[in-house]
Amino acid sequence: MRISLFVPCFVDQLTPHVGLATAKVLKRLGHEVEFRSAQTCCGQPSFNSGQWEVAREAAIRALGVFRGADVVVGPSGSCVAMMRNFYPELLKGTPHAAEADDLASRTFEFSEFLVKKLGVTDVGAKFAKKVTYHDGCHALRELRLKEEPRQLLRAVKGLELIESEEGETCCGFGGLFSAKFPMISTAMVQVKGGALARTGADYVVSSDPSCLLQIGGWLSREGKPILPLHIAEVLANDA
Amino acid sequence: MSDSKAIFLKDATVNAADGDQRAFIRKALGGYYVNRDLQKARYRDWERARDAASLAKWSAVNDLANVLEKFTANFERNGGVVHWARDAAEARAIILKIAKDADAKAIVKSKCMTSEEIHLNEALEKAGYGVVESDLGEFIQQLRGEAPYHFVFPCMHVKREAISELFTKHLGTAPTDSPEELTMIARRHLRQLYVDADIGITGANFLVAETGQISITENEGNARLTAALPRIHIALSGIEKVVSHLDDLSVLLPMLATAGAGQPMTCYNTLYSGPRKKGECDGPEEFHLVLLDNARTRLLADPEQRDALHCIRCGACLNVCPIFKNIGGLAYGTTYQGPIGSVITPHLRGLKQWNHLSGASSLCGACTDACPVRIDLHHHLLHNRRNAAKESPTLFDRVFHHGFNFVIKRPWLFATGGRIFRATLPLLQKLPLPYMGAWMKTRDLPKAPASSFRDQWKNDHA
Amino acid sequence: MPDARSDIFARIREALKVKAPKPHLKGEPAAGKTSAVAKPWLPEGGETADASLSILAEQLAKLKAVLIRVPDHAAAAKAVADLSSSKGWKKVAYHGHPLTRPIAAALTCETWEADASFDKQKLEGCDAGLTTCEAIVAQLGAILVSSASSGGRALSILPHVHVVVAEASQVVPDLGSSLALVQARHGKDMPSMLSFITGPSRTGDIERILVLGAHGPKELYLVLVG
Repeated sequence: MRISLFVPCFVDQLTPHVGLATAKVLKRLGHEVEFRSAQTCCGQPSFNSGQWEVAREAAIRALGVFRGADVVVGPSGSCVAMMRNFYPELLKGTPHAAEADDLASRTFEFSEFLVKKLGVTDVGAKFAKKVTYHDGCHALRELRLKEEPRQLLRAVKGLELIESEEGETCCGFGGLFSAKFPMISTAMVQVKGGALARTGADYVVSSDPSCLLQIGGWLSREGKPILPLHIAEVLANDA
Repeated sequence: MSDSKAIFLKDATVNAADGDQRAFIRKALGGYYVNRDLQKARYRDWERARDAASLAKWSAVNDLANVLEKFTANFERNGGVVHWARDAAEARAIILKIAKDADAKAIVKSKCMTSEEIHLNEALEKAGYGVVESDLGEFIQQLRGEAPYHFVFPCMHVKREAISELFTKHLGTAPTDSPEELTMIARRHLRQLYVDADIGITGANFLVAETGQISITENEGNARLTAALPRIHIALSGIEKVVSHLDDLSVLLPMLATAGAGQPMTCYNTLYSGPRKKGECDGPEEFHLVLLDNARTRLLADPEQRDALHCIRCGACLNVCPIFKNIGGLAYGTTYQGPIGSVITPHLRGLKQWNHLSGASSLCGACTDACPVRIDLHHHLLHNRRNAAKESPTLFDRVFHHGFNFVIKRPWLFATGGRIFRATLPLLQKLPLPYMGAWMKTRDLPKAPASSFRDQWKNDHA
Repeated sequence: MPDARSDIFARIREALKVKAPKPHLKGEPAAGKTSAVAKPWLPEGGETADASLSILAEQLAKLKAVLIRVPDHAAAAKAVADLSSSKGWKKVAYHGHPLTRPIAAALTCETWEADASFDKQKLEGCDAGLTTCEAIVAQLGAILVSSASSGGRALSILPHVHVVVAEASQVVPDLGSSLALVQARHGKDMPSMLSFITGPSRTGDIERILVLGAHGPKELYLVLVG
């Protein structure tokens, strides 16, 4: 299958290894992977700030970027939810509505794509560490993904998966929310990050790099001995 | 910045930094989560039950004129008197007139958020009536001179030591650290007040069109007493509380209790169809129902968010909300706290003054999943943000998003901008920049990589 | 100026000119118009009388209500008399009814048929109230009383203990059946109060810690005959 990568803008700029790991896993499974360099940001920051006109422009551009792609796969529940759920809402009643629905049906979050579309849970990864999983809210509640990433992690050789308290609690990122209401966002990550640290895991793994930015940023500041890691990085590890 | 936003930011900042209080709230809700899950597990299909509950409310709200007409006709046939209030002032005037005509002295109230909404107690007290809140939590909040913290659990933030001190001060009772003893102090104190009151004021959880009954949900028995002993019963309700059929309650009553309090049913769910009937030995001589609009029709006129009128005020969305749990109910400055309050308050009291509540959310969606009547709560927060941006965009948002859009429209500019951003990140982190500085105050940013994904991809696939 | 009622109705009609879409449902449309519609997604109420009784017993126990099952009316009277003497009740108010009168007659303490000469002050001083009920809902452990079946509004809420005496045949599986039953029984002439009592009065207002007997009865007994 020819897979078009959808790399979130901040992954592109701040955590490129997540994008590379995503591509590595997909290629290892025998698929052709492309990256269309005209892509930038999906428009979610503007959408969440109420700037729907701006977000609509971003959405229409993304339709153009991914036109003709068989499937679009992104390593972010949040950005995929933007395309899957919110592009159709943004473009409802416009000439782009049908194409938005079509793109939504072809766009998948990485772990979802592996498990639900490819039917793969064992990607041949090895990772002899204790990890705990953080559900990003968009993956959990917009895309309804809960078991898929866990199925993938359980199949990783040597990996021990530990569930945390506050399992379905938000990490407090919320995009610009984390900067506009930093006191609330910080209180939230204290609750979430504290629970993750108490698991005693070596890594907190998530399918959402934006949550990992928030959680990892707080864990680092607090000097907690647990590191953030994207699920693609775990699955890419075969040595 | 609106006054309400400034107060919100100040209170939220103080409360979010109060680790002890936040832990106290989380602990208090711990039992609720366990019981809620136990009760939900008894449903053979909770999601289907949610469908039924939301459909019951949807049908009534979307046919509100007819359903209300049917309800009021039946209510009046049963001997009750219906009063209509366009706004809070009219509702207060109606209730004051009933009290005056009855030559009342003492009024006992059971928990009613709609009365908080219209600031009824202040008006009654100003007119010289003695008013006592009989729900334990409301009674405590009345003594504290503080608004309810949570519209179902009004004093969940108050520790037992503070309640003991409060009772010692106001009721002259000996200090105790036992919740049971504290409850019994209030029980003893309030008993005679029910017997002596001339008027009992209650809210209503549902108005049943088919039978003309009002339904009141409670646990303590205080609403039962309030509607049994005084000679006049006044119920105050929003117009959206109406349902079409009595049988709708066979779904809504258990779900209200399970979602809101983790119970199979609350202790008392009572249907009142009128004043004391011929042949009945007790009950009020008069039964008045005040039906309040107070901008509910404004929300009704927005088809996108009309489902917010389906709310049965169970409080489930507050109980799961990480914002509520970390800033507390009082910081909202609204009658209805939590996600539902953030959604409806801009409609009830003005978008410009109250949109900040929609902004103060990570949009995690836990509220929407918890809602027994499937109100699309967290998406409505997005809708409020969109409406506010249209109505009165902030300068930051206009500059930032249009600037950002200018960049992301041009992949070359995005790539170049990214390169500059990464190169200057160590410096940027040291500058007192707005927003970024706030972020960095409690969190580290990852070390910027030398090259972006797109550059690495290009190199690898050249 | 139009009156408030017409104004509000005008606002509603204007607002509803734009239709809102039906909610997205997971299953089939399921809201019952009549109580005859089964709701196989709510908590179970029992398919048979025995099943209902066992669900009821389980629910009441969880609610901290006490179920006393007796074979006949004489045993019911003895059970309540034993309860009264063990608890040391001095005054018991009861609803005048063929089910309750023989029980009251067998009590050794002072008894008073409250609905015959109602006095709220006197009722407040009673240790226990003895009533019948309209129905019992197995599904939720709820006892449906009314101003007709329970000696008015106050008798089942004001005394510190509430004792309900009922026939086992009054147990219905679920809430919907009980609502259908009172509608069939009373038609358009409903008692002015109908109340589902689900366990003794309680509150969690102080630190969310459960305390029984907030304002209503601290103890609830269901004496089920047959």
